[in-house]
Amino acid sequence: MIRIEKLHKSYPIGKDSLHVLKGIDLHIKEGEFVSIMGSSGSGKSTLLNIVGLLDVHDEGNYYLNGQLIKDLNEKKAAILRNKFLGFVFQSFNLISYKTALENVALPLYYKGMARKERLKIAQEYLEKVELGPWANHLPNELSGGQKQRVAIARALVTKPKVVLADEPTGALDSTTTDSVMDLLKDINDEGMTVFVITHEEEVAEQTKRVVRLKDGLIISDELTATGKAKTV
Amino acid sequence: MFDLDRWREIFQSINKNRLRSVMSGFTVAFAILLFTLLFGVANGLGNFFKGAFADDAQNAMFVRVWKTSKPYKGLQTGRRVQLKNKDYDYIADEYENKIQYKSSRIYKNFTIKYKNEASSYSVMAVNPDHQYLEKTIINEGRYLNERDLKAKSKVIVIGRLIKKDLFGEKPALGKRVNVNGSSFLIIGIFSDDGGDNEERKAFIPLSTSQAMYGNNDYISQIALGYNPNLSTDAAIAFGNQMERDLRKKLNIHPDDQSALSVRNMAEANKFVGTVMLALFFIITFIGSGTLIAGIIGISNIMIFVIKERTKEFGIRKALGAKPSSIVGMVVQESVLITTIAGYVGLTIGTYILSLIGNSLEEKYFIKDPSVSSEIVIGATFVLIVSGLIAGYLPAKRAANIKPIEALRAD
Ligand SMILES: Nc1ncnc2c1ncn2[C@@H]1O[C@H](COP(=O)(O)OP(=O)(O)O)[C@@H](O)[C@H]1O
Ligand SMILES: [Mg+2]
Repeated sequence: MIRIEKLHKSYPIGKDSLHVLKGIDLHIKEGEFVSIMGSSGSGKSTLLNIVGLLDVHDEGNYYLNGQLIKDLNEKKAAILRNKFLGFVFQSFNLISYKTALENVALPLYYKGMARKERLKIAQEYLEKVELGPWANHLPNELSGGQKQRVAIARALVTKPKVVLADEPTGALDSTTTDSVMDLLKDINDEGMTVFVITHEEEVAEQTKRVVRLKDGLIISDELTATGKAKTV
Repeated sequence: MFDLDRWREIFQSINKNRLRSVMSGFTVAFAILLFTLLFGVANGLGNFFKGAFADDAQNAMFVRVWKTSKPYKGLQTGRRVQLKNKDYDYIADEYENKIQYKSSRIYKNFTIKYKNEASSYSVMAVNPDHQYLEKTIINEGRYLNERDLKAKSKVIVIGRLIKKDLFGEKPALGKRVNVNGSSFLIIGIFSDDGGDNEERKAFIPLSTSQAMYGNNDYISQIALGYNPNLSTDAAIAFGNQMERDLRKKLNIHPDDQSALSVRNMAEANKFVGTVMLALFFIITFIGSGTLIAGIIGISNIMIFVIKERTKEFGIRKALGAKPSSIVGMVVQESVLITTIAGYVGLTIGTYILSLIGNSLEEKYFIKDPSVSSEIVIGATFVLIVSGLIAGYLPAKRAANIKPIEALRAD
């Protein structure tokens, strides 16, 4: 599903540049549940953004669903994102003037689906994250955990192949963290590839595979206890 | 092309961000309001200038004579010049192609009497064409015609105010009045835009006057309407040439303004034209200045608005929005706001102008200030285009920011 070879990424800082990813090789197959760990500043978000086509890499190859990602213009990237990818951000990134339902329905609008149909499907996904009754509330009327569940519903509504989550529980307390992780596990059980960044060991343990980053390189890549149990 | 979902997105964005929308709308509305008022007032000034010469026909020319002020060919200064029918015929013949209307004039002051009411009025003996030259408006009956002239009929066309003086509210048409001792039949009653003086006049046939009072072929003035196909400059040249010809014919020094002169509306027209042109440049300058200020205003606000929405655009792009859809959304919103706001400004402006009406004519020479529909359409078009540009440029830039940068914005 995701294949990365010798990936490099630098950020220009003034006249210098900051070399963040220094040759990453990573292969994630369809249906995997992978977490990335690493200290702050190790390049986790950078990697995820490149995978999510929100940013571009400098060197190396990236294949998404077998397609080489190279010289992609914004229009093509938008189509691929809409078709293959769902995003969950640490800061939720809901549109503040839209209701929960409208937020969830938005990716379907960009898919070109008729309003009635997309609202119906969006409602189904809201029920799925147990927020059915909150459909017509604005984001600022929801708690952090609720907002993140709306964001997850929004990420899922297009039935993407890969769900990318950048510290989805970073802003949540432990009980809501658990409910969000349970949701991600359910999604994975349904066959979706889930790729999540975290710096919490408890969160990482609930995934099936942990990739550890340090200074822009992968230092370890192993299955977790759950991962081993499932594969055996 | 009509995309209901897109409009829904736009209305939601406008509605949920009302302050922002009202702010950008206000700038445009204000600019257009100023623009409308300015145009209207300038138009009003123009109307006043045009109106100041509206009493007579736009193409009128008058040949006037008085006493010579220069000796010529052994003739003395102070000689009285007299126009006669043959001069009128000469002009009519010589300049046939250049003349639309022609009439002689004899000025008289007569007492007009009806029953016990009597008063002195200025009575003009004229030809039928005179109606068009003086812009006489017939309210009742008719004006003089060729048959009246041929028959030297004793008929009279009286001004609205003479009728009021002599008849009050009673009918006057078909009645006989006593003019300087002879009985005349009232065949018409007229009004005139030139003011009260013009409506205390009466017209009788030229031939009647010449036969009855002096039995000669003298005339006081010749009034002409030059061919409207002539350009202003050609009409002025025509007037000058006629002036030279007549002076020669009547043995007048070529430069003797006092003895014979031609008053030519073409010259006034040229003056009005120049004033209007100057006015036009001033309006265009200030008007486009106001519009440009409005466009800059809306552009600035759009830049600000788009900056504020960068993160939202990033979210939309992460969810699959193409840059074109974001540009389209912003441009459509911007055009909608500018058009509505512009329309509001225009409506308020025209309303204020209609309130002003003619109230400023006396003091400020502004008559019937208004904006023409071409200006309205033109301004609306400029607005839509400016909304398009104001929205397009910053939106295009915003839509091409990498989504990750847009998402980081706050
Ligand atoms: N747009 C950027 N411009 C410059 N430096 C950046 C940018 N984004 C991230 N960085 C730097 O790159 C490094 C890696 O960042 P990031 O991938 O966000 O780390 P992590 O998510 O692991 O905390 C950090 O040192 C960060 O300061
Ligand atoms: Mg990060």
